[in-house]
Amino acid sequence: MARYEAVIGLEVHVELKTRSKIFCDSTTEFGGEPNTHVCPVCLGLPGVLPVVNKTVVEYAVRAALALNCRIAGFSKFDRKNYYYPDMPKNYQISQYDLPIAENGYLEIDTEEGPKRIGIARLHMEEDTGKLVHQGAITTTPYSLVDYNRAGVPLIEVVSEPDLRTPEEARRYMEKLRAVIHYTGVSDCKMEEGSLRCDANISVRRAGSRVFGTKTEIKNLNSFKALQRALAYEIERQIEVIEEGGRIVQETRTWDEGRGVTLPMRSKEQAHDYRYFPDPDLVPLVIDEEWVEDIRRSLPELPDAKRERYVREYALPAYDAGVLTSTKELADFFEACVRAYPNPKIVGNWIMGDLLRLLNANNMEIDGCRIKPGQLASMLQLMDRGTISGKIAKTVFEEMFASGKDPDTIVKEKGLVQISDEGAIAAVVDGVIAGNPKTVEDYRAGKEKALGFLVGQVMKATKGKANPELVNRLLKERL
Amino acid sequence: MQLYRLTAHELHGLLTKKEISAEELCETVFERIEAADDKICAYITRTKELALERARHVDGLIRNGEGVSPLSGIPVAVKDNICTDGVRTTAASKILANFVPPYSATVVKRLDAAGAVMTGKTNMDEFAMGSSTENSAFFTTRNPWDTGRVPGGSSGGSAAAVAAGEAVCALGSDTGGSIRQPASFCGVVGIKPTYGAVSRFGLIAFASSLDQIGAFSRDVTDCAQMLNVICGHDPLDSTSARFDVPDYTGFLINDVRGIKIGVPEEYMAEGTDPGVRGAIEKAMALFESLGAVVEYTTLPHSEYALPTYYLIAPAEASSNLARYDGVRYGFRAEDAGDVIDMFVKTRSRGFGAEVKRRIMLGTYALAAGYYDAYYLKALKVRTLIKEDFDRALEKYDVLISPVSPTTAFRIGEKTGDPLQMYLSDICTISVNLAGIPGISIPCGFAEGMPVGLQIMGRHFDEGMLLRVAYTFEQNTGYHKMFPSDTGLGGF
Repeated sequence: MARYEAVIGLEVHVELKTRSKIFCDSTTEFGGEPNTHVCPVCLGLPGVLPVVNKTVVEYAVRAALALNCRIAGFSKFDRKNYYYPDMPKNYQISQYDLPIAENGYLEIDTEEGPKRIGIARLHMEEDTGKLVHQGAITTTPYSLVDYNRAGVPLIEVVSEPDLRTPEEARRYMEKLRAVIHYTGVSDCKMEEGSLRCDANISVRRAGSRVFGTKTEIKNLNSFKALQRALAYEIERQIEVIEEGGRIVQETRTWDEGRGVTLPMRSKEQAHDYRYFPDPDLVPLVIDEEWVEDIRRSLPELPDAKRERYVREYALPAYDAGVLTSTKELADFFEACVRAYPNPKIVGNWIMGDLLRLLNANNMEIDGCRIKPGQLASMLQLMDRGTISGKIAKTVFEEMFASGKDPDTIVKEKGLVQISDEGAIAAVVDGVIAGNPKTVEDYRAGKEKALGFLVGQVMKATKGKANPELVNRLLKERL
Repeated sequence: MQLYRLTAHELHGLLTKKEISAEELCETVFERIEAADDKICAYITRTKELALERARHVDGLIRNGEGVSPLSGIPVAVKDNICTDGVRTTAASKILANFVPPYSATVVKRLDAAGAVMTGKTNMDEFAMGSSTENSAFFTTRNPWDTGRVPGGSSGGSAAAVAAGEAVCALGSDTGGSIRQPASFCGVVGIKPTYGAVSRFGLIAFASSLDQIGAFSRDVTDCAQMLNVICGHDPLDSTSARFDVPDYTGFLINDVRGIKIGVPEEYMAEGTDPGVRGAIEKAMALFESLGAVVEYTTLPHSEYALPTYYLIAPAEASSNLARYDGVRYGFRAEDAGDVIDMFVKTRSRGFGAEVKRRIMLGTYALAAGYYDAYYLKALKVRTLIKEDFDRALEKYDVLISPVSPTTAFRIGEKTGDPLQMYLSDICTISVNLAGIPGISIPCGFAEGMPVGLQIMGRHFDEGMLLRVAYTFEQNTGYHKMFPSDTGLGGF
């Protein structure tokens, strides 16, 4: 492997979450009965005309600015012509030679430190509908078409061939997702198809400046699939070259089940899209001031936020990275810190217990039932000595499960820490009387014996006894 | 005088004076349709019941003394490539023979709001591709002045309907001359407004950057009334212009003194029928006698207009017509084995020969490796042609020319030779390439057939076109001629 180097570029489609479609006012809502989120325009009926949704342009500019792109003052829409039944017009309105944005970049972390990945271009286009087959596409007796998705706005982000490993590709994809998600223009859900990725990949001898012949891999539906498919494809290409063969320029599809890439169509079978400017749409002339307004409205992006966490909250860079990995998590963290101004403690709870529980339950932070104020209340209960750290874990889990306030949980479950000296003294006396052997060991100098006795007191009080008090009372009596 | 021979403004007077009702007018026009259309074949679909209902509604408004507009109750025919909610719209193609749109074109809504009464949908060349209406998938429309001749095209049905008294006004569409040329052949007024002046929403696209909806009428006054209704910005059409729509009747001024009129010599070149040339020269003399300055001028890139047009228009058409694949609506070949087979069979059987010819031309022009040499080059030449007009119209207020080098030709005369057919639009296509307005008005006869005078002007200067046209009309009488008046077997 070290004798070869991979060259990878990604083409990522991101569905924009505008209320209406890119060229008409049909809803973009996901799901819905087939062919109910449609109108004459997105169905491509005879005589209809597209009109650009201004919010789509705004969202594209937002995403482009977040990706450090240069916004084109003049861009246009083109028609990409090819026949497929999921396309109402048999052409897709896209942008060809004058995209809305170009020349951006994204920084990713690699083992050798931060690496800048170039973004060649970002353009807008309309999504297609989808075909519903009865079983496999090759044997289906008929197919149905659902045009609900036709005309949903997309941006396509095309990276430069700057990625060198499957790991880098995954990181780029994760970072891209985070940044775009931060801007609020997309849900970026790979499972729902609002984030899709195709990869271009070639290999070359290490040190070579020339690109090898590339293949394009489609059907990469998860970060894991992306990484696995690239790893497989690199191996495959090296093997072909090592055996004296040549790489064929072609489109391949990732077979998740078998863990292999398979040929889909060769260069000769590639479509001639016959791009030409869409005469139904006038060129987009974008006002610089408007772009600046959008730039000013951008939220703090992950890199800036991470730096600030390190600077303002004195968090380790790693922690800051985890806490800023999604906007929702960072927002949650910051809300907690506002309610309980100790970033380190809040961070530990979020990175430890909260992320563990979310992962275990396959949940995202936006589905979390614990509200920032509740976490703060729980931490305050600890500070006041109402509950111990150990009890807090139990309370936290209950909060996570039920969404109840920590006070309520503590009351309902009788988890209030016992700090009544008389009550604990009685238990301590009982434990001393019931464990004469251990008491003797301790008095003989076995420090460890004290731990056992404390444990017995805690057990008798179901963990509710104030640990400091138990220690003091035991020591006084021994 | 028969009611069906009157103009909209004459009928408007009778309607508001309550000398006739809109329902009577509607009945009269349908009687005329029933009497004449077996011979003329102007209509693909007649909407009599709908029309009578609308007419009665307008009568109600007149009775109640509510605001009645100049087109209220006026029977108007609509070319069958303009979508009408609930009324079959075929573009004269087999592939859309059963298509009923769920919405109306913006122009149709505007006419409706103005109280106009739609009589039906008129015949045309399939997808507006043609110059004779012989490319209709259903039947050929006849010229009312001589039913052995074509009415011109592609809006031949609309032109013939207005000429024969089967409608008072009509809508057409003009991509390379499809309103002006049939208006000329049928002896009526036809205007192609500036590109962007009239919404294209609901017009079944042929070549989007050239298509423009316009109007047919029996005189220039009615033409202005039609423009008043159909012009204006439409948020549903990105290419429709935001401009202050004037009251076009304000330009109906019988005075051309001092107005500079240019005559592009290229448009009077050899190949122009002597009768046509004679009529145009007489028009030039008339304008001069009325105080206008008339001079020959030049549009040097004219010879490239035809090839330029036949690259751009088919290229756009090849993409615009891709949606007719049998998947969603319209004709579908039922004996297909798979989806590609369905596409191929549906389109092979659904489209006529001329449409297929242009789809192939356009697909070729846009193909990888040919784009720069053909389509891109054509766009560049288009700019040169536009600049020719800009220069000429800096010097002249309007340009005049024949609409077509000949009068209406005989049915079948040119069907075997597409290139000869294309040459019929030689004087009109540049106007579409330049995006400027053009009007055709009757200016005489050659061997019994009407000759049209084309007046071309600056972008959004329809007003000047109307003024020059109106002056000509008021000083001649051609617009008052009806086919049956010639005694030559006309209707």
